[in-house]
Amino acid sequence: MYVIICMHCFCPQNYPLYIRSVPSQSELKFHYTVHTSLDVVEEKISTVGKAMAEQRELYLGLLYPTEDYKVYGYVTNSKVKFVIVVDSSNTSLRDNEIRSMFRKLHNSFTDVMCNPFYNPGDPIQSKAFDSMVSAMMVQSS
Amino acid sequence: MADEALFQFLHNEVIQYVNSAESGDTENGRCVSKLENMGFRVGQGLVERFTKDTARFKDELDVMKFICKDFWTCVFKKQIDNLRTNHQGIYVLQDNKFRLLNQLSAGKQYLDHAPKYLAFTCGLVRGGLSNLGVKSIVTAEVSVMPACKFQVMIQKM
Repeated sequence: MYVIICMHCFCPQNYPLYIRSVPSQSELKFHYTVHTSLDVVEEKISTVGKAMAEQRELYLGLLYPTEDYKVYGYVTNSKVKFVIVVDSSNTSLRDNEIRSMFRKLHNSFTDVMCNPFYNPGDPIQSKAFDSMVSAMMVQSS
Repeated sequence: MADEALFQFLHNEVIQYVNSAESGDTENGRCVSKLENMGFRVGQGLVERFTKDTARFKDELDVMKFICKDFWTCVFKKQIDNLRTNHQGIYVLQDNKFRLLNQLSAGKQYLDHAPKYLAFTCGLVRGGLSNLGVKSIVTAEVSVMPACKFQVMIQKM
């Protein structure tokens, strides 16, 4: 069973660095949802002033829930955005688990970034990153 | 202590190498920009690693403070001694005992070699800032040997 249905990674200029999703009929719909949710990400990171303390965490939490799935977001300090879509029916998935998934993603991304053969801004083609995401997607909980 | 020395030796060798690769008579402008570009890429990677567990930055000044404190401590084992700004996008970072110049003779003798030893660091700062979303131009100046100033000009978009 898949935990994560769809996982995207965007560069600071909002074009995709990495796209991965469970092959299905509605793949396109997920991509569409993820791109729409970027607006919410943008909104969350641009709020200045009030409620600063909680806004300063890298993990953004639930971006928006729909009937069948939930969209979560994470933004690194370098403004690289990670968006994950999970199935709503999977109620065993807690906020903390999502958070640690993002942390893992971020750690892997840092390794990619520190690879001297990788050009910042290029699509991610690292096998290590690939296999980490694959492992995360099917992790049975 | 050993790792400090390693970085310094490597840095010296990189300068030697780049200098000899850009053979002889051409002025060392190309050498400096090559070192600067190396620093840029390294800075990008380093910042990605260092900011992994820090909270999001409030503003530009917050980012500069991070560079002066955490970033500098990680790379040079000390903080910047003085940070000044005109609040209009110019920051001056002063290091009174810059580690990469520390082994050079303190007199005026090697003053004209100093730019080579600062180029990498300029790139490091520029790369770090750019990865944090701040476009800038970084220049360095030395008046008395182990002390140096980095001027960061933020480019508004």
